[in-house]
Order: sequence, then structure tokens, then C-alpha cells
Amino acid sequence: MIKKFVVGSFEDEKVLFSAVKNVRRAGYKIHDVYTPFPIHGLDKAMGLRETSIHTMGFIYGITGTTIALGGMGWIFTTDWPLNIGGKPHFPLPAFIPITFELTVLLSAVGMVYTFCWLCKMMPGVKKHHFNLRSTDDLMTMVIECTENSNEAEMENFLKDNGAIEINTQMAEEGWWFGRYDKDQKLYRTEEIEVAD
Amino acid sequence: MSLLKYESQLREPLVNGDKNYHQVTEDIIGPCETKPNRLWWIGLSISLALLLFGVYSVYREVTYGIGQWNVNKTVGWGWAITNFVWWIGIGHAGTLISAILLLFGQKWRTGVNRAAEAMTIFAVMCAAMFPVFHVGRVWDAFFLFPYPNSRGPVWPNFNSALLWDVFAVSTYFTVSVLFWYTGLLPDLATLRDRAKKKFGKMFYGLASFGWTGSTKHWQRQESLALVLAGLATPLVLSVHTIVSFDFATSVIPGWHTTIFPPYFVAGAVFSGFAMVQSLLIITRKVLHLEDYITLGHIEAMNKVIVLTGSIVGCAYLSELFVAWYSMNTYEWWAFRQNRVNIFSPYGWAYYGMIFCNVVSPQLFWSRKLRRNVLFTFFMAVLVNVGMWFERFVIFVTSIYRDYLPSSWTTYYSPTIWEIGFFLGTFGLFFTLYFVFAKFFPVIAVAEIKAILKTSGENYKDKMSDIEEMSTEKFYEEEMEHAH
Repeated sequence: MIKKFVVGSFEDEKVLFSAVKNVRRAGYKIHDVYTPFPIHGLDKAMGLRETSIHTMGFIYGITGTTIALGGMGWIFTTDWPLNIGGKPHFPLPAFIPITFELTVLLSAVGMVYTFCWLCKMMPGVKKHHFNLRSTDDLMTMVIECTENSNEAEMENFLKDNGAIEINTQMAEEGWWFGRYDKDQKLYRTEEIEVAD
Repeated sequence: MSLLKYESQLREPLVNGDKNYHQVTEDIIGPCETKPNRLWWIGLSISLALLLFGVYSVYREVTYGIGQWNVNKTVGWGWAITNFVWWIGIGHAGTLISAILLLFGQKWRTGVNRAAEAMTIFAVMCAAMFPVFHVGRVWDAFFLFPYPNSRGPVWPNFNSALLWDVFAVSTYFTVSVLFWYTGLLPDLATLRDRAKKKFGKMFYGLASFGWTGSTKHWQRQESLALVLAGLATPLVLSVHTIVSFDFATSVIPGWHTTIFPPYFVAGAVFSGFAMVQSLLIITRKVLHLEDYITLGHIEAMNKVIVLTGSIVGCAYLSELFVAWYSMNTYEWWAFRQNRVNIFSPYGWAYYGMIFCNVVSPQLFWSRKLRRNVLFTFFMAVLVNVGMWFERFVIFVTSIYRDYLPSSWTTYYSPTIWEIGFFLGTFGLFFTLYFVFAKFFPVIAVAEIKAILKTSGENYKDKMSDIEEMSTEKFYEEEMEHAH
């Protein structure tokens, strides 16, 4: 969906923090803040909730533990009980290394997959860039406009709060498949006349 | 929460020079955007030549069989397994730096973790070659993985330390790649957004997965990195522990000891850091990254080298003591006659190992030598030679004389194809490293930016006011920013 955004870029994270606070206090809706590096506490200042990706990691981990122990146990006791040097068919201590490795493997792979899925990231995915320098040295705050918002007023508000580059952009939200070497064309929804 | 970025001036800056965020990008990303120089092409050509020789050596082994190597009764595990353990040991430093130092909050890791992790991945790839081709019929190597098959189904033996190794090494490789790549995404996005040419935009656009730098994504990425570090820490210890189980669970004199896991892990960290040193000393010089990989970084790694080298030295002494104290004739013979006796066939390897791993690193107790780049490079090479000797001593001296004197091997020396295989992995390792250093940022740009305002030299200089401020005033001023 195409929306209008007011975009302000900041040079210093200290200025950004107070700007985030003021923008939220003024009742504007922050779409997102794009930063070139992780800024600790910014998520809290923006009112984002904690991520639960580590909980997913735990769930994937115990899945790995279960698969490893269950799989080896089933193979050695039920599917093909083999006598290996007279050792027991379910030698738990000997199963620990593989159980541990599979726990770690499933947890890591699962978490990275979940991370990519939640962030909508994969090769070939393209997203709108509000400011190319936001992966270099600027922190870019993007405010979403509504029908009632006054862009000029918002731009002035950002300027007063220390933004150095300010503009208003029409942009498509979300993600789509595309290549970064191709120019981006806005997808517009136009009214189509339907014959009765 | 205070927004104050303050670190004592007593701590050495981690980024030298007058830098800002943009300058950091320019310095580190810059070399990826220019054409490679002649030295790079020469280095790559030599590596590729070695790699080709390795490919031919492996071709001989696959076509004509293991007979191309001198491994035989009783030395069934010769250079192949020595090289396997040597490479996998080198592959331990990357995850140690990125995971364990992350958990310990050691900020100096930011300057070296990217290159070290890449080195880890390449070293594990080299390591995995040896057992895969040592199985002989490499086309059947997939039998190692348990999957329902039409051969019975025949399952692998889950009690076997060698199978644990398959799981440990493949898990370690996968997790290292994931850890490395999720950290690389933001920097690839920086490269993508700076790219001028069509190919660069397309390549880095695909490689960066559409990373934007959204706050929510950073939050998830940091959480992911922390949990992956928590998982990778026991993992890195488990890998070399399991490699040592290959030996410790057997009943061969010289191998059957409980000291092996910690001893192998310390040795792995020791050799891994030495390899990181030798690579980074060249990288920082060639790419002019002296401001980011400072003498402080080199000194910190040298401290790890002297610590782990001393642990390894203690392990040598205790296994020697226990061999005598156990009163086991075979065990004591393996040590007294096959290793410590300098006139025995492999006495030279034992004393080479002691000299390179235990004696020479002690010079790093001197601060002046720890901060000497040339000396560090020389020592790093020496340590890696020593660690190769260590593996050679452990494997060959324990098995070249069997319980039965009539089956004693006269002398095991490798054929040209065994040496060629080893040289080939060097070719693979350096080819991959050269390509990595050219097309990817060798330092984690985003992580350097995150610590720049606390640990950058120019920012620390400006903190003199805070250093001299009274506690009351400091509290008053800083609480203004607090929520």
C-alpha cells in the first residue's frame, strides 16, 4: 500500500533520542527509525515490545533434543537392535554428544529462519529506502502521515528537533521481490471503471 | 537509562585517529569498492596453484585408492588425521572471539571478529576434507548420516566417537556460517547502498536479504546474536572435546587419558589465535586498517596465546607425570621411549612441539614483545608449526609401535600426494580468504560504529571534563537524560 511519509534524518543519537520522545509526545505515529548500527534503548524509547526470538530458540532447541534422543533410542532399541561390543541398547552417556549437537543445530537454524521470516528477509527481497545514508552515518526517522496530518508542520517539528535532512516521500510499505539494480517504480492503485 | 557514552581514559582506545561514522564506512568498505591491487592477484594466483595441486593429489587418491598415501599398518592415521585436527583447531578461534568474548563483554572483539569468523569457516571446510577423503570410497561418504535407507536400513553406530565427530563438525560449521552471516547482513546492506555499478547493486542486494536497519530488526538481530553466542560457546568447547574423544575413547597408549578434552580445547584456541594473528597482521597492513586493528588488539590476542600456551604446557607435563604414575607399562613406554627420548625416531617432533608451544610463547610475558607486530607474526607462525607437531606427535608416536614388535612400522613419512593434499587445503583456505577480503568487509562496520563514541580515540580525548567532574555534579548532569 502506498502511503505518505515525512522523513527526517539525524546525525547524533543523543539528538535522535530526544526527538523520538518529542515526536511521540506530540502524537505523531513513528513508522520506523532506520539506523546504521544498533542503538541500545532506542526500541524502548520508541515503545517497541521485547522480541521473543529467544523463546523460539528454546522451543527449537528442545525439539532437537527430543528428535536426537528419540531417534537414536528408536533406532537402537526397536528398528535395528544391534549388539555393539555387548554394550546396552540405550547407552544414555554415549548419546549425549549427538543430542547436544542436534539441540544446538536445530536451535540455531530455527532461530535464524525465524529471524529472517519475522524481518521479511531473504535473497531477492526488496524494500523501500527512505534514505540511502541510513546504512552509513545517518539515523532516519520516518513518520507516517494520515489524512489529517499537515506535512509542513511535521517537517518544521522535525527541524526544531534537530533533524538535518527532511523531506516528504510517497512510498510503498512492506516488502516485495525485486532487484536493487533496477529503478523502483511506485505501484499505484487507480480507480478502474467497471462496466455495469 | 543514561545516554552517556563514557569509558575510562585508562583503557586504550579501540579505534585510533579522528573518526566519525562516515569515515569508518569509508575506511573499511572502501577497499571492497576499488580494483584489487597486484599483490592481491599474486596472492590469489599462488593460492589457486596450490589448490590445483591439492585437487590433483585428491584425484590420485580417489582414483587409485588410499595406497597413494603411506598410511599403513600400524600408522593407519597419518598426515590426514593430523591435518584434520590441526585445521579444526584453527577453526576454534573465530567462534571463541565472536561468541565467548561477546558473552564476556570484551569490546575489542569488534575489530577482529569478522575476519576471525570467516577464517573459522574456511578452516573447518579444509578440516572436513581430510576425514571425508580418508574414508577411501568417498562416493559412499554419505553413509555417515543416519537416514532411512534401502540397505536394511543400516544405521551408523551412535556409540562411536567418529560419528559424534560428524555431527559436531557439521553442526559447528552450520552454526558458524549462520552466526557470521547474520552479523554480515547490515554491512552488506551498507555496501549495497553505496554501490555505483549495476553488478554491485545486484550482488550486494541479493546478499543483504533486503536489510534496512529498522530498529525492530536490530533488536531481533542483537537478541539473535546473543542467543547464538550462548549456543556457540558450549558448542565450540564440545567440538574439540569430541575430536579428542576420537582418541581418548580408544585404548591406545598415549591416547587413553581423561585430560584430552580440556587439553585439546586449549590447544585449539592457542593455534586458532595464532592463525588469526598471522592473517590479521597482513590484512591490516595491506588494507590500511591499522586504526581499527590496533596494537591493543594484537596485544590482547597475544595474552590469550600465552595463557593457552601455558595451559597446553601444563597438559604436556601432567600427561607425562600420569603416564609414569599410572605404572602402566605400555603407557609409560609410549611416553618414555616413543616421545621423550630424543634419539627415538620421532624425538625431534616431540622437542619441536615443546619448543614451539611451551617455551617460545613465554616471551609474550614481555609487554614490549606483545606489542611488536613483526615478532608477533613470527611467533604466530611458530605456534602453528608447533601445534601441527603436537598433533603429529600424539597420533604417530602412539601407533607407529604396536604391542607386537614384529609389526612395528620402521618409519612413517608421507608421499608427495599426502603433502599435496595438505598444501591443497592451504590453497583452498587462502583462496577463500583472498576472495572474502576483497568482496566483504573484513571488519564488522556496524559493530565498530556502535562502540565508536565510547572507545574511539578522538571521543575519549573529549572526556577529560567528565574525568575531572565531581561525583555530585556528574550525577546531577547525567540524571537529566535518565528516564
